[in-house]
Amino acid sequence: MTAHSANHHSDDHHDHDAEVKSKVLFGFWIYIMSDLIIFSCLFAAYAVLHTHLFGGPSGKELFDLNYVMIETFLLLTSSFTYGLAMLEAEKNNKSLTLVWLFITFLLGAGFIGMEINEFHHLILEGFGPHRSAFLSSFFGLVGTHGLHVTCGLIWMAMMMFQVCRFGLTPMVTRKLACLSLFWHFLDIVWIFVFTIVYLMGVM
Amino acid sequence: MIDFFGRLSWDSIPFSEPPAMIAGGGMVFGAIALVIAITYFKKWGYLWREWFTSVDHKRIGIMYIIVAIVMLLRGFADAALMRTQQAISVGSNYGFLPPDHYDQIFTAHGVIMIFFVAMPFVIGLMNIVVPLQIGARDVAFPYLNSVSFWLFMVGVILVMLSLIVGSFAQTGWVAYAPLSENQFSPGVGMDYYIWSLQISGIGTTISGINFFVTILKMRCPGMSLMKMPVFTWTALCANILIIISFPMLTAAIALLTLDRYLDFHFFTNDMGGDPMLYVNLIWAWGHPEVYILVLPVFGVFSEVTSTFSRKPLFGYGTMVYATCAITVLSFIVWLHHFFTMGAGANVNAFFGIATTIIAIPTGVKIFNWLFTMYRGRITFTVPMYFTIGFIITFSIGGMTGVLLAVPGADFLLHNSLFVIAHFHNVIIGGVVFGVMAALTFWCPKAFGFKMNETLGKYSFWCWLVGFYVAFMPLYVLGFMGATRRLSHYDYSTGWHPLFVTAFVGMLIIAAGIGFQVLQIAVSILTHKKNQDYTGDPWDGRTLEWSTMSPPPFYNFAHVPTVDSLEPWWDHKHGKKIFPENKPYEDIHMPKNTGIGVIIGIFAFGLGFGLIWYMWWLVIASGLGIFACIVARSFDQEIDYYVPAKEVERIENELAIRREKA
Repeated sequence: MTAHSANHHSDDHHDHDAEVKSKVLFGFWIYIMSDLIIFSCLFAAYAVLHTHLFGGPSGKELFDLNYVMIETFLLLTSSFTYGLAMLEAEKNNKSLTLVWLFITFLLGAGFIGMEINEFHHLILEGFGPHRSAFLSSFFGLVGTHGLHVTCGLIWMAMMMFQVCRFGLTPMVTRKLACLSLFWHFLDIVWIFVFTIVYLMGVM
Repeated sequence: MIDFFGRLSWDSIPFSEPPAMIAGGGMVFGAIALVIAITYFKKWGYLWREWFTSVDHKRIGIMYIIVAIVMLLRGFADAALMRTQQAISVGSNYGFLPPDHYDQIFTAHGVIMIFFVAMPFVIGLMNIVVPLQIGARDVAFPYLNSVSFWLFMVGVILVMLSLIVGSFAQTGWVAYAPLSENQFSPGVGMDYYIWSLQISGIGTTISGINFFVTILKMRCPGMSLMKMPVFTWTALCANILIIISFPMLTAAIALLTLDRYLDFHFFTNDMGGDPMLYVNLIWAWGHPEVYILVLPVFGVFSEVTSTFSRKPLFGYGTMVYATCAITVLSFIVWLHHFFTMGAGANVNAFFGIATTIIAIPTGVKIFNWLFTMYRGRITFTVPMYFTIGFIITFSIGGMTGVLLAVPGADFLLHNSLFVIAHFHNVIIGGVVFGVMAALTFWCPKAFGFKMNETLGKYSFWCWLVGFYVAFMPLYVLGFMGATRRLSHYDYSTGWHPLFVTAFVGMLIIAAGIGFQVLQIAVSILTHKKNQDYTGDPWDGRTLEWSTMSPPPFYNFAHVPTVDSLEPWWDHKHGKKIFPENKPYEDIHMPKNTGIGVIIGIFAFGLGFGLIWYMWWLVIASGLGIFACIVARSFDQEIDYYVPAKEVERIENELAIRREKA
């Protein structure tokens, strides 16, 4: 291969990376929009079924706002720390990126731990999803969000490994940007869950 | 290890049901024969390297269409069984199909024809044509394209497997709750339905995102949105519909799954569940779904009409706006599928009016096609036959649809054969005729040879006449009170002669399909005579005709620069779109990958395990899919450069072929 064509390739690679990034991020946005539709169906189901108690408890009797407030706080903070990780990634600071990713991971894991704990208690008390359509729709909606956060955590663990292994290459930062979209998206969905399920539930 | 097989046992295989065993046995022997033949001719390596692991959009498209044709035969066999049963099961004769088997057949017919015939046909066409029409070298995410295909294949295999291992759902193709709940459908049939649709549906969503990004991000220089070919426009709108509507199907089926597997109560009769919620969710997906199928074939008819009338399409702008209008409207009409639910007069009126409004953009399209043909020099090829057949048939079907959109009339006709006649009128007259036209139109592009015209025309006439003979009686039967999904009736109803007429129509359609299979066989055998060396056999107008037939894997050696609606037509008349005497450059292409196939195999294990409660298989397959995703994520060698020398060599070879012509 001549020097000229090698040069041409590296230029091309640069263009190519930018092009791939723009396609992937756009595609990921579209995926998030379609995932949002799944959530809107779950919200619709909750809106229809939240009054179908069938003799079981209502949200007012079950939800502990203080507990959920802490959960919310953990998740919203994790979105902030993820933002800090992205800023460091843009500065090409590998170790600080990793630090912020790790803190984000801990906060997210704390959120999931609390949610599992909440679910576990409800089920132990006999208020699992089988008890009423209201509880089915509650577990369906909140559980789907929790499942997404769990996937996000697994993805984040993988990304920390990739940052260590490959450094902040175009491929790695591209994936970090996608995960960032995903993570903030889950935050926004949670704000709606918090408002509609918990706040309006205890009203 | 007691639970190794979950609920699967020897009893799951329906040895005592002759029709199922004959069909299933035939399928198994066919599959075994195919495997032996491939092994004998030592083609496994070739298939694996060149097709199964291919990320080339043209090859993936061809695989979609081959599967669609095979599944068409299966879906039609179901139809033939139903027509035969209804023709003979009258009075004291109860036909040859027991009710539970009959119920499986009409469910399988609907599911197969929509999900595993029409969808792969349309997605296959988009795969083959869209990148070529926009001057791109591939789709945005070639690897995901392969994953989509293999997830779709899992759905196909699960549906076919239900024939011999267990049974299929008996609930009708949209599986209304609470009938589809455990309480009323406890067997594996419903779970086959759930997992085949869920897995292939996720593949479809990925396809939708893939093509949406491809069309918006990868058009060649100069091709603004309003310079996109109409087929690409309709594909874009269909993909928007996929992205918005398929998640609703995913959600509806997922909630039903929770009900069935984990004792949730979304749609159950008791514990406060609401079955009507399911009906709303499934139709909020289901109505856009019919437009996902029909919009792309509207695009096909537009391309065909303008090519064979040798005129630019009449009213390109109105065609685009009509397509967009239908895209939007298709989301606010779903309730017309259940006017009788009792949502109230005002709600029904809203959805009734919204539905009738769709007739306006559709009418605009019909007139555009007519005016394109007006004073054109029409060449009566097979695609043109199907187009004219479509315009007439689809208009009739559209009008009966407007009739059904009137809530008062719908109360009378709901669940009657009139509804069956209506939607077959638009689906056969629209989608089926459209894909048949597309098949003959783009066959030379995909394979490099034209299809046999005479047999194609025989097939068209059988389809057309057969359709009218088979389905017009159903309109009358609907008015006479015959309900759908009926496996037996009495002589006193006076329906028998009409059912027999419909049976005859089915035979004529069977002849049409026979001619089609013959057409494909003859075309392949005589392909040397019908070779297309020019790449442009119909004197086409859009970019796909500017490259060779079949195109080289990179589609275009030089990316065209366009500044008009019909760039290839203009190129042939002096306005050049390709640079002349420009040296070839290295071309960046994705590498083939087997991960799509492997994910498909694990997804099959996942679905099969979930259907039969084989939990170890579910966990193992789930981990397998996860491992594939991780492996892919760590793979940095996913693409490569085709050196300019290699491009030059291929282009020279193609040029020699073109000279020969």
